[in-house]
Amino acid sequence: MIALAFLAQTLRIAIPYLLAASGGVMSERAGLIGLTLEGYMLGGAFCAVAATYATGSALVGVVAAVVGGGALALLYAVGAIRFRADQVVVGIAINLLAIGLTRFFLRLFFDSSSNSPRVPGFTVEGSGTGFGALAQNPLVWIGIAMIPASAWLLYRTPFGLRVRAVGEHPAAAASVGVPVARVRYLAAMASGMLAALGGAYLALDQHQFTDGMTAGRGFIALAATIFGRWDPVRAGLACLLFAAAETLQIQLQGSQAIPSQFVEMIPYVLTIVALAGVVGRAVAPAALGKTTVE
Amino acid sequence: MSTTDPTMVQVGGDTPTPAATSASSDRSSRRAAIEEAVLPPLVALLLAVVVGDILIITFGQSPGAVYRLLLEGTWGNAYGFGQVLYKATTLVFTGLAVGLGLRAGLFNIGAESQLAAGGFCAALVGLLLPAGIPALLCLPIYLLAAAIGGGAVGAVPGVLKARFGAHEVIVTIMLNFIVLALLNYLTSAKLHVPDTLHTAEIKSGALPRVSDVAAAFQGSAANATILLAVLAAFVFGWFLFRTRRGFELRAVGLQPHAAEYAGVHVGSVTWRALAMSGAIAGIGGLNYVLGYKHYYEEGFATGAGFLGIAVALVGRSHPIGICLAALLFATLSQGGLAVNALVPKQMVDVLQAVVILAVATSVPEVRRLLRGARRSGAPGSTAR
Amino acid sequence: MADTAAPPAPTPAIRLRDIVKSFGPVQANRGAELEVARGEIHALVGENGAGKSTLMRVLAGMYAPNAGTMEVEGRDVTGWTTSDAIAAGVGMVHQHFMLVPTLTVAENVMLGSELTRGPVLDRAAAEQAVADLSRRTGLVVPPRALVRELSVGQAQRVEILKTLYRGAKILVLDEPTAVLSPPEVQELWTVLRALRDQGGTIVLITHKLDEVIDVSETITVMRAGRTVARMTTAGTTPQAIARAMVGRDVALALDAEYTGVSPAQELGAVQALLEVRNLDVVGVGGVPVVRQASFSIAPGEILGIAGVEGNGQTELVEAIAGLRAATGTIALGGRDLGPLDVRRRGDAGLSHIPEDRHERALVLDYTVAENLILGQQHRFTQGAALDQARILEHARGLISRYDIRPPEPAIAARTLSGGNQQKIVVAREMSRDFKVLLAAQPTRGVDVGAIEFIHARLREARDQGKAVLLVSADLAEVLALSDRVAVMYGGRIVAMLPRSEATPDALGPYMTGAERAA
Repeated sequence: MIALAFLAQTLRIAIPYLLAASGGVMSERAGLIGLTLEGYMLGGAFCAVAATYATGSALVGVVAAVVGGGALALLYAVGAIRFRADQVVVGIAINLLAIGLTRFFLRLFFDSSSNSPRVPGFTVEGSGTGFGALAQNPLVWIGIAMIPASAWLLYRTPFGLRVRAVGEHPAAAASVGVPVARVRYLAAMASGMLAALGGAYLALDQHQFTDGMTAGRGFIALAATIFGRWDPVRAGLACLLFAAAETLQIQLQGSQAIPSQFVEMIPYVLTIVALAGVVGRAVAPAALGKTTVE
Repeated sequence: MSTTDPTMVQVGGDTPTPAATSASSDRSSRRAAIEEAVLPPLVALLLAVVVGDILIITFGQSPGAVYRLLLEGTWGNAYGFGQVLYKATTLVFTGLAVGLGLRAGLFNIGAESQLAAGGFCAALVGLLLPAGIPALLCLPIYLLAAAIGGGAVGAVPGVLKARFGAHEVIVTIMLNFIVLALLNYLTSAKLHVPDTLHTAEIKSGALPRVSDVAAAFQGSAANATILLAVLAAFVFGWFLFRTRRGFELRAVGLQPHAAEYAGVHVGSVTWRALAMSGAIAGIGGLNYVLGYKHYYEEGFATGAGFLGIAVALVGRSHPIGICLAALLFATLSQGGLAVNALVPKQMVDVLQAVVILAVATSVPEVRRLLRGARRSGAPGSTAR
Repeated sequence: MADTAAPPAPTPAIRLRDIVKSFGPVQANRGAELEVARGEIHALVGENGAGKSTLMRVLAGMYAPNAGTMEVEGRDVTGWTTSDAIAAGVGMVHQHFMLVPTLTVAENVMLGSELTRGPVLDRAAAEQAVADLSRRTGLVVPPRALVRELSVGQAQRVEILKTLYRGAKILVLDEPTAVLSPPEVQELWTVLRALRDQGGTIVLITHKLDEVIDVSETITVMRAGRTVARMTTAGTTPQAIARAMVGRDVALALDAEYTGVSPAQELGAVQALLEVRNLDVVGVGGVPVVRQASFSIAPGEILGIAGVEGNGQTELVEAIAGLRAATGTIALGGRDLGPLDVRRRGDAGLSHIPEDRHERALVLDYTVAENLILGQQHRFTQGAALDQARILEHARGLISRYDIRPPEPAIAARTLSGGNQQKIVVAREMSRDFKVLLAAQPTRGVDVGAIEFIHARLREARDQGKAVLLVSADLAEVLALSDRVAVMYGGRIVAMLPRSEATPDALGPYMTGAERAA
């Protein structure tokens, strides 16, 4: 029973990571740094709550989140591709923009600087954290499905082949007529939409938006992307690992066995260890972060 | 631009590159450099004003009134100006930190945790120092502690990059979370005053506030760390542009292969630059710990690292530019509070993001446009 | 031109007229012409930088020409795109492979023209297609292997398969043999002849004359962005092609007599200034790039290293300079350089003119004065600071002595012409206190006046009793300056001849790997 509760809690925490990390893999595989996942998630969370509040339908909220995340991603891609600006700088600006816009509209719509009113989600509030409640939430299913789906897209479809080529050797892709910029735009938008779905899940699960509610989850998803060596399945496993660590921390709370801060560090420490190549070096897509001429 | 096209290098034999022929071209190239430096921030400010107008109108206010209030609340009275100076002081440090990294071709996203670590180490030393020691005597110890705290955090990505080629952007981001969690643990588990998120107050070495000499600044947090910031900017410029180490560091940033050829150990410059960058950010922690609250508090550094990137970018990693950009972003931050009665102060968060976005995208664009115009214009000018 | 071929049959496969292509201020093509008949192997020859690759990239749709007309199979295709060119059956094999190393052979082959079954990639069909093409052409590669695991020769086969998979009838190969071993070159010729016999048209970009004679039927020669000659292979000689390639100016250099009187006549009697023994350098992926190189240079001697580029010359020079890890011994005036880093080797008396001016030898955004102390910055200090007054004085002196134009120490090196940039490098390296000079491609991409100036400086160094290691892809330059000539091939020094015996005819077989002595 305890084991089942542990698994359910882990899954619940992992869903936003799974969604955002599959977006992260898509973006980074195409050569665009996934720094912006945090901003997409936050934007998605806010759009989901605002639209759900306005219409009463969580489904409309999800659609709004996808649109919002896609719009932020488009802005990122235009900056990085059309204007050839540094991806890191544009990415940071996008994150700050997401923070600023959500705060501004939180004031504008809900006259609050901390949180929105409560909104309905896919589940009734207080319906628990077990598998039963999770199963009612379509975003849970989407999150689980997204890992095999993005693996399928990346490895089995022409689009995925082009994404992999564009992130590794854009000049080679261009020389055989692959529209490099278009592939990157599409990958960026997909990553924005997926990460925003993660944000929507968070907000609808908590039935409200709170300022800065993603709290670095986008960066954990980025960590999972890198720790999973840019492979959807391995990144998905990394998400589950990170989520299990968090669950453990929650369950251990009060026991003082390990301070919670040290559990928080796990994803980041593992990522640095992977990058430093202590156990099997993580090698990034060769053109990641590079500005290319279209 | 297709400057990396190999054919261009090879065809150099025909030397069609117009050679500059007189001292006047020297002047015109300097003017071009200034144009390249000044135009993007202007474009950015213009765009920020446009976006600001939209937001203000969305909120049903008049842009004119809001901007007037913003200026009055920042540069229009001593208190507001003092707050601008206080905020700018921290941003000068994080801006210089990021700028030093950029000069060496490295992106330090970790200024936030380096700032926090510097402040934390200073506070730690402050808790150990007995009361009654004159501030001037304590200052070197505090400086050293803050520099070591921030420098240690900066050295980690530096060493990992030099040794394993681990990308410093990712490592510094990850390290932000690790260091902040660690400091959170140390503070909340060991050092905090019960029911607060801060340590006990330091007993000696607090720096004087500006209001101690000019009463009009009463209430503002501006303090003597301003002088340290100006000094830091001066040393930064001297080091980069006047010393041999600075010469070598910039060479690594511009052309690592040429630096290597010139006998520079690129790896050691890399880790040293990031360690120095972290140390500068760390010293910035004194502004809060010695100048304002006299203790270390959770979250005092929040946002200062990312704004430091904005400051370095807008200031083009030049000490004077960084100081001006720090004032700009500090004005926006403080201005948000000033206009909060009319429009949400959160508006300035958006404007700051717009400024970064506009500068980042317009720097390459402006360069392209200017060079394109010059090329098709007067032949023999400074087109490359 | 006496040996101009008769105009080819009415509709040639390719007809390019008056092509002009510039990049910013640089004109790579300035009225280039090319006409290739269907079903022939055509060699496009010229020196480095003559504009051959640019012209072929225009043909492949990678660049749009600024002026001129392009016809393929009689159809006007001026300014078409890469995809248009591929669709019309024009395929290009680039000098730097356009392959994605992390994808498999089959994936690389189908990229951009993917085979699908429903929405899914049809891997099996792609692998089958690769296998079929392999069987038909003799270009055998494992379809499922990752490209990064292939040898260079195999990777090139993938490049050719890629174009054939797209139905290429016109195949352009840019310096295809630069990376191949002699047996691989022969295999490539067999494949190309077979493709021609099946009705394909082949354009081969090269600057190696033996290849031209070996495999081509007609030849177009380019020089400085223009087409200067068109001939049939059967009706010409290597000498005639060479004359057309280099033009009169450099042809004079070819004839220029070697004027050196080496003070190091009795080599055994004088202690060598530079002594290299059993030097091995390992390149990317563990491939040996310099193998067991041994030689010595006496005071007052220029040792010239001839050879086709990419045979280990760059790595040899960089290893001596300390820029590359190597095993073996390197001694300067009897002192082992092994444990010394780049700077200490410089201090020990090593001077180095690197071949890559824009990446290595200069920091382009630094001023002329700053570039004139690059590598010696530790000698121009005053405490921690650089001594600006002394740097400026140093710059003024060198600018006037080496006639660097414009004579402005404070402008960025980027704004100078290629020749003047190279003068900065030469001035800097010749003005330091040195015993041994490494000069790699010292006159590449500079104008004739600067070439003569730089040659005079190299002779001067020799006459002052320095040891000079000259590496040049330009055989004429090697012959004009050297007291002894070595040839590198496949990372080895395959020949070492005194100047009196070093003639193009004697060196040729070594340079192409046909013969090896030493």
